Amino acid sequence: MTIQFNDETFRDDYSYHNSAEAIRRFPFPFDKDDYMYAVNMEPHAGGREGSPFENRFDVDEHYVAEMRDREITLNEDPLRCQSLPHMELAGWDLLELIMECKAEDYPELFSLHRDGDRWHWINRPLGIDHKFTFLDPTTLPYGPMEYITRQAQGDFALLDQREGNLWMEAGMVTSQADWSLDFDIGMNFFEWHAPVPKAHEMGIFQRALKFLLAIQQGAPSRRLNWTMTVNPRLDTSPENYHKWGPEKRTLTPENVGEKQFLRVELQTFFRLPRSNGLAFPIRCYLISLQDLVTVPKWGRRLHRVIRDLPDELAEYKGFAVNRQLIIDYLAQFDDGKPTSPGIFPDE
Amino acid sequence: MSAQMLRVTEIEALSPLVKRFRFEHPHGAKLPLFSGGAHVVVEMPDGDMLRRNAYSLISDPQDGSGYEIAVRREDGGRGGSRFMHACVRQGDMLRISTPLNLFSLDMRARKHVLIAGGIGITPIIAQMQQLLRMQGRFEIHYAARSRREAAGLRLLPDLPHIHAHISDEGRRMDLGAILDRQPIGTHVYTCGPEGLIASVAQCTERLGWPKGSLHSEVFLAPPPGRAFEVTLARSGRTITVGPHQSLLEALEEAQVEIDWSCRGGACGRCETEVVSCHGRIEHHDHWLSEDEHSSQTRIMPCVSRFRGRELILNR
Amino acid sequence: MPATKFTPSITSRPVYDGLTPHGAVPALMLANGPGGEALLELIKTDPTIPGHAHVIYIPEGCGFGKTLESKGFASYFEAASYASVLPRFRKLLAEAGMNTRLYLAGTEGLIGQATSEALEAGMLPEAIDAEHRGSLARRMQCVHCKGITENVTTDPFTCSHCGLSLFVRDHYSHRHAAFQGVCVDAETPGEIPPRQEIKA
Repeated sequence: MTIQFNDETFRDDYSYHNSAEAIRRFPFPFDKDDYMYAVNMEPHAGGREGSPFENRFDVDEHYVAEMRDREITLNEDPLRCQSLPHMELAGWDLLELIMECKAEDYPELFSLHRDGDRWHWINRPLGIDHKFTFLDPTTLPYGPMEYITRQAQGDFALLDQREGNLWMEAGMVTSQADWSLDFDIGMNFFEWHAPVPKAHEMGIFQRALKFLLAIQQGAPSRRLNWTMTVNPRLDTSPENYHKWGPEKRTLTPENVGEKQFLRVELQTFFRLPRSNGLAFPIRCYLISLQDLVTVPKWGRRLHRVIRDLPDELAEYKGFAVNRQLIIDYLAQFDDGKPTSPGIFPDE
Repeated sequence: MSAQMLRVTEIEALSPLVKRFRFEHPHGAKLPLFSGGAHVVVEMPDGDMLRRNAYSLISDPQDGSGYEIAVRREDGGRGGSRFMHACVRQGDMLRISTPLNLFSLDMRARKHVLIAGGIGITPIIAQMQQLLRMQGRFEIHYAARSRREAAGLRLLPDLPHIHAHISDEGRRMDLGAILDRQPIGTHVYTCGPEGLIASVAQCTERLGWPKGSLHSEVFLAPPPGRAFEVTLARSGRTITVGPHQSLLEALEEAQVEIDWSCRGGACGRCETEVVSCHGRIEHHDHWLSEDEHSSQTRIMPCVSRFRGRELILNR
Repeated sequence: MPATKFTPSITSRPVYDGLTPHGAVPALMLANGPGGEALLELIKTDPTIPGHAHVIYIPEGCGFGKTLESKGFASYFEAASYASVLPRFRKLLAEAGMNTRLYLAGTEGLIGQATSEALEAGMLPEAIDAEHRGSLARRMQCVHCKGITENVTTDPFTCSHCGLSLFVRDHYSHRHAAFQGVCVDAETPGEIPPRQEIKA
């Protein structure tokens, strides 16, 4: 398998685009015609061939462009990557996990040679060829977490496990759905989820935490989350809200199909061996509504989900102001026919 | 619970009652690493019974070439440790689970005080190796009855901050002296008999320490008891739990699919909903809250038992 | 001025359960303004406390200093401001033992900053007692420029560093000892809702 990496941007002229193949493999998050919070965890143990669930860390046509976008964001705001001092070991765990998985799953793109603590890492798409000493941070240009997450798509949080809770104490966060690592770092599971409406009362976080605390080495889990973003922008951070906020008000009935994107997060959870921490990669996928409706099942279903969503959720997810425009656009693609179960397109 | 078949490559007597076992991959493959305080579950095919016991890892957490455990022979126990001592030979293959840690170090601590009684030294050994490698500040206090029985002495290096307290040499462990005047940011880890863990809790309470600085691990072997019957709501079947069998083992024997991991009432994996209960659940776990215990709506089948007319589980 | 009662909010918003005596353990006490009265009420419930308590008081115009000074504390120090007393407070924390109790009383800004220092020094949250007294002003972090604006009493308010108009969230960071301020007119520049007083 060879991947053609797109030359594209996630800001300014927004030249981001999905190939026909990328549309087909998009991780559509709704398995039925309505949506409510659920602890929708499943084992992250492979998935349909070619889908984003197949490998532990999905690499796709946006890889190189996403890494370029991350570099721009970090240059503007280095605080998007932070690690509290006791999390360095977890950072090495994450570096090992990502390097091992990528070298095994994409041998034509990545290789890892190990001789004891002397490691040799080759990342062909980004042109990196680096020898370093494992567990010796002075042999890397950045801390271990920052080094490897500058080479891996998606945001990453490292969670420390203690006192029967999970504590977000390190992270690389440049493509977030409106939360601030700098503000939330050091918080426990309930604190960093505090602003989420309804789910606390439903006991969602209690159940989710119990599940996550019990995740074992070699048995990662995953779930999908979603929101809506105007323009294919990765950096929808609160830090830059005053910069991207005005774009939310530029939607018209004429441009909604092109400018409104469904934003899906593939969240995975891996137990880390040396630190006993939990790695929490949050991989972001973007698809324009006009591309999404090329899969008839998805067009029908997204219309019904958005139409019937409780107001509080639309408000929290930040698209209440554009909701009617979105519903009106999607209505054209909903002929009222039943949809098949599951998230994948009909054959 | 994932597991793999490993070969027994070394058996060594550390004391008259304690043996050290080393396991390696049959083809020399690297084993998953772990963190100090982790344990594995060892499967023991004993006749037509399959026993599963959890043992703390005592080898270096960063060394994937093999796993080592130390097993104390419990003649009054349910038979797992007797099996390990009497039946396991070098070269045998045993199924060993992936390591799991319910007793990990708090890496923010300014200082770690590790207290072990008897065979409770085992998780402390791996914690020590992790601290040595990370250059953490720590002290170890290891209490044993006699030098002859103190298997841990063979596993502890001779360092000024590692102390053995041998009671028949007149050097009983004085918790008050150990814990008084520890600096802010100290965390205490205790492993050993319930009495030792309770003493550390009482001592720190008397000294005015916050409870959050205490960490402990008691490995509960499932306690034996009277036989009892359990009804399974999903199939309508009724099964009998024998006097020396745990409810979890009886469920497994009846081919009921059930998740588990520590088998000692601590990890929460086998938590089971009680549909109806006429009688009293004998809770022995450290997982459910006091409210959950008294409401009798949940049970941990790995260690808890039942007395009474009828118990129906959502299984 | 009695202890403040706050409206229940989201789980990251701190709650202050008040000061209660914890027996004959060493104590560090830090209070500002009306918080001085909370310390006086505490030692009334257990007159043995002053013998093993070190007190720092920042009067901010309140008159509890004289009375506090007369109570026979192990040490009593009156400070002009939190910033000026921070090096002394840090040294006391560094020398504290596992049984040291921290008592904080006064405004949210003082309680939050002192808590953050104590946690950084290795103290556990359960060793800290706090009671809110006095002004409801909040310490706010601007999520955009990261600057802290002290004594915010209105919502929205103007960031004292970058000048953006920010609305006041209840989301709270212990590390920053601050609530989060987010641009109120990000989507519609210039449309700023009228200012309201922050309530408990």
